[in-house]
Amino acid sequence: MFKYQILIPSSILILWLILAILGPWFPLEPNHIILPNILQPPSLSEWLGYDDLGRPVLDRLMMGARTSFFVAFGVITVSLTVGTLIGTISGWFGGYIDLIIVRIMDVFLAFPGILLAIALSGILGPGIENVVFALSVVGWVGFARITRAQTLSLKHREHVLAARALGASIPRILRYHIIPLLMAPLLIEATFGIAGIVIAEAGLSFLGLGVQPPAASWGSMIRDGTGYMLVAPHIVLAPGLTLLLVVLSVNMLGDKLRDKLDVKSQ
Amino acid sequence: MPSFIISRLLSTLTVILGVITLIFLLIHLVPGDPVQAMLGETATPTDLEALRQALGLNQPLFTQWWQYMTHLLQGDLGTSLYSQEPIIDIMIERFPATLELAIAGLLVAILIALPLGSIAALRKDTIYDNSAMVFSLLGVSIPNFWLGPLLILLFSLTLGWFPVSGRENFLSLILPALTLGTALSAILARMIRSTLLEVLNEDYIRTARAKGLRESAIVIHHALRNASLPIITILGLQLGTLLGGAVITEIIFAWPGIGQLTIESIQRRDYPLVQACILLISVSYVLINTLTDVLYAWLDPRVRYSV
Repeated sequence: MFKYQILIPSSILILWLILAILGPWFPLEPNHIILPNILQPPSLSEWLGYDDLGRPVLDRLMMGARTSFFVAFGVITVSLTVGTLIGTISGWFGGYIDLIIVRIMDVFLAFPGILLAIALSGILGPGIENVVFALSVVGWVGFARITRAQTLSLKHREHVLAARALGASIPRILRYHIIPLLMAPLLIEATFGIAGIVIAEAGLSFLGLGVQPPAASWGSMIRDGTGYMLVAPHIVLAPGLTLLLVVLSVNMLGDKLRDKLDVKSQ
Repeated sequence: MPSFIISRLLSTLTVILGVITLIFLLIHLVPGDPVQAMLGETATPTDLEALRQALGLNQPLFTQWWQYMTHLLQGDLGTSLYSQEPIIDIMIERFPATLELAIAGLLVAILIALPLGSIAALRKDTIYDNSAMVFSLLGVSIPNFWLGPLLILLFSLTLGWFPVSGRENFLSLILPALTLGTALSAILARMIRSTLLEVLNEDYIRTARAKGLRESAIVIHHALRNASLPIITILGLQLGTLLGGAVITEIIFAWPGIGQLTIESIQRRDYPLVQACILLISVSYVLINTLTDVLYAWLDPRVRYSV
């Protein structure tokens, strides 16, 4: 039982990764419109049928995998780097620097959910870069908060004092004596972060604020399909189920990871 | 207690000041000329200049910020570029719908989570517990913009029980509230389960059992009551999150609240109105959080002495 709980979600995520990276080398035709096939249900020749413009749903789904993957990893990379840097600086130096940074973090935390991302991408206009930017602006705070709290307690540990006594420079101490010890909580935050970002990207695209047509996103596929739910439910079911599977897999692995690394949830 | 409230209010005030400043800066993020973006390509130079004057965009940044703040304090949120109405009137008209939806979503979440979390804790490691946790995992993973259409497909289009969209009567509230409340119910059920499991190990529960109290009395009067504090905190924090999540839910169900207004004004490039919508939701969120903190401190004296 235990094995399957890791094996199945990992396989789903590996499939996601392969589709995202190798997508351009598959013979996909996500934008090929075949008018007689409009709203055609799934069949043996085209497994997931066709959408409202007569484009193959499976091909668009695979292109959508690429969109969500690149947004997720782009946002995680940016917010992890920025958040860790700001968090360690705040925790290490304390005093006024800490006070100001904590206030700034409070302001960013004062926006509920993806509201700030909606506002930012609404104002900047649609496009994948703007989505990455908007979600990173929201995402860095989580990492900064964790790093700051951990740094505050770590900086009084004996091994850090020893390093200081030996005359190690501050960047060196942060790099070799503090940040390696932050890896477990950061890894868990990043895992759950991926789940949140995948949903947020699809949500922004659902609202028409994400990637621009004809590029595919699972969110915009759901939006386009909602008008045809009675006649062609597969257009909504396929991207939604895919999205659910990916997010579910990430959350399951996150839970297992948290149990394994034994980090108290906040 | 008074000093706790004052210190909380002061920090709330600085956060709100920061939030207003951040939202004020949003309009300066519009790529290119914001005035041109708002009026479109057909606008004459006179129109552009007039709007620039009206929004104060030709003044130094600090002056603009100062004007924005003083106008806000006087309850003046500006005028909508699209409808030319005062924004404050539009807000007053739209906000009750969002509040109604958020509270209904919260109720749905509690109604699902309370029995689910309690049964999971009381029947730990049984099929009940496992199914409750599977539901919880599904609930946090399912995107509301997919759940909403699925509910419409099943309950409105196929069974015909509820209206597809709009805000007419009580029935039209059910599906949006379910869509909005599901994710929260999943988080809450987990939270109730773990808090209850902790509480059930306490000495006073053993004492209650030894007294020969009925199991239902033990759970309701002794366990749930002590577990209620962390649950109230989560509820307070999540009510604000519901306000944010309401944006997508309102779009799915054409619910005439602030969320729908936000997206409409983004599409119409009515940026002063976008700013006002974001401001209203986030300030409500901050205020709800502060209220939760104070309530928590009032309910549990240990909190106010430790600060």
